[in-house]
Amino acid sequence: MAATKRVKKRKAKQLNRSVAGNTVLFVIMAFCAVFMALPLVMIVNNSLKPLDEILRYPPKILVENPSLDNFSDLFVLMKTSWVPFSRFILNTFIITGLGTTGHVILASAAAYALAKLEFPGKNVLFQMVVLSLMFSAAVTAIPNYMIVSWLGINDTYAAVILPALASSLGLYLMKQFIEQIPDSLIESCRLDGAGEFRIFWTLIMPNVKPAWLTLAIFQFQALWGNTGSTFIRSEQLKPLQYALGQIVQGGVSRAGAGAAVQFIIAAIPILFFIISQSNIIETMTTSGMKD
Amino acid sequence: METVAVKKKPLSRRLKKGAPAYALAAPYFILFFTFTVLPVAASIVLSFTDFNMMEMPDFVGWKNYMRLLLNDDIFMIAVKNTFVFAVITGPLSYMMCLLFAWIINEFKGKLRALLTLVFYAPSISGNAFLVWSLILSGDRYGYLNGMLIKLGFLYEPVVWMKEEKYVLFFLIIVQLWLSLGTGFLTFIAGLQTVDRTLYEAGAIDGVKNRWQELWYITIPSMRPQLMFGAVMQITQSFAVADISIQLAGNPSVNYAGATVVTHLMDFGSQRYEMGYASAIATILFLTMIGTNRLVQKILRKVGG
Repeated sequence: MAATKRVKKRKAKQLNRSVAGNTVLFVIMAFCAVFMALPLVMIVNNSLKPLDEILRYPPKILVENPSLDNFSDLFVLMKTSWVPFSRFILNTFIITGLGTTGHVILASAAAYALAKLEFPGKNVLFQMVVLSLMFSAAVTAIPNYMIVSWLGINDTYAAVILPALASSLGLYLMKQFIEQIPDSLIESCRLDGAGEFRIFWTLIMPNVKPAWLTLAIFQFQALWGNTGSTFIRSEQLKPLQYALGQIVQGGVSRAGAGAAVQFIIAAIPILFFIISQSNIIETMTTSGMKD
Repeated sequence: METVAVKKKPLSRRLKKGAPAYALAAPYFILFFTFTVLPVAASIVLSFTDFNMMEMPDFVGWKNYMRLLLNDDIFMIAVKNTFVFAVITGPLSYMMCLLFAWIINEFKGKLRALLTLVFYAPSISGNAFLVWSLILSGDRYGYLNGMLIKLGFLYEPVVWMKEEKYVLFFLIIVQLWLSLGTGFLTFIAGLQTVDRTLYEAGAIDGVKNRWQELWYITIPSMRPQLMFGAVMQITQSFAVADISIQLAGNPSVNYAGATVVTHLMDFGSQRYEMGYASAIATILFLTMIGTNRLVQKILRKVGG
């Protein structure tokens, strides 16, 4: 079965493909890939450049004498910070940890209700979520600030975590993914006497692992980039991203450590994506809008 | 069929039967209402008031909107920039997402994963776009200046982000670099779901080359993903602010990099004219929703 399928695939691949067309498209692609990759290549190389190479004229993209000095400089700088760096790391850990876990659980529970259960108001709720994909956070930024103040959670982790829990992209993707779980599977669970919570937790959740990994990665990316500066004022509650940002702004004397910071900020989300790429792609196959 | 039957039952019965569903959905939707629905409503209401966060809001009718449309020259520049930005980066980034996903789909295994990563990585690498400030730096140490001087195209370094005529152009380039995000992944995934036997059937029915195949088979088969991707790209293309503020400054030279969102942030977080900022937010909201709705309508008709 598998073998015939593969043969079929290869045959299908060659349909309607000309050598000239392949060449043109792949050349365009290679050119664009270089354009896309170059800035990232620069980030990697800059982080490995000794200070004299960073400040050289004319600038060179590739490093000549790679060293890890920038990272050890960064490490020394971290030690001199008056709020210990371990504290910033802990803050980021708490914010991304709670924000990501909470989002996956809340969004999945709501997604299960929207995808598989019948209740009045269901379509309106889903339409609102779809509508909210159509505008960006800038629209709600000012009222959000006031609401956070009214709730009295200004300058706490909650000010960053709570709004993130209800991000709409996660709910949308999860709902589309849960929809393809066969109803018969859920029905047989129900006949066995399982309540909706049991079904959600023991049947749905284990079956949508690619989707919750996707939600987790997207959420992590959003929270990782958050400096928390709008809501968190206390230095000791700020996330790593903020502390690292301070180092980048340190000017020429900190250019080396700054380059190391740039590398770390970019590398971590990319690393997470590499690990979970196949799961994310699987989730996105169900992301389509069916009117 | 089943839903029709359910709808005939009295509302109270259906509400009661839906209790577990409400319980499951409640935690998420309480937060969703608090941090998304309520803020939109608040923005619309506040846009008709004068409000500085200290005193109670004063109802002023359409005053904020009149001032925006008739008396705010910078807003007009911002609207023009945002419009140029959206009209160029929206469709272009959308086509790039589709084109690259489509080409990547010809590859297999590790190479395919690597190419996906190369194109997707910029959009997730946090503030990696700051590296563009090294490329576009106005002195000789800037990579672009350095290269152009070495090649003899320039004698003097150009301060790229301080010259009105270049600002928007480079912001567009950087935005395009950043824009292969969720929409792009959706297309990569969507292309995998197209039924391969359709291509064979198409070849028999007279599809002669890859472009016909794309138009008559691939695009219609992945329309749901194309619609979702459009929402992602459109919303993104109207929301540009961060890269403008970081690379061109806020305010930028002669407001060459001002966008509706930078204008909104200027009034919202610098001048505390919340009513006025809310009017900007409301206009932005309506524009984004309107454009998205329109494009959804068009996409439903595209492709064989």
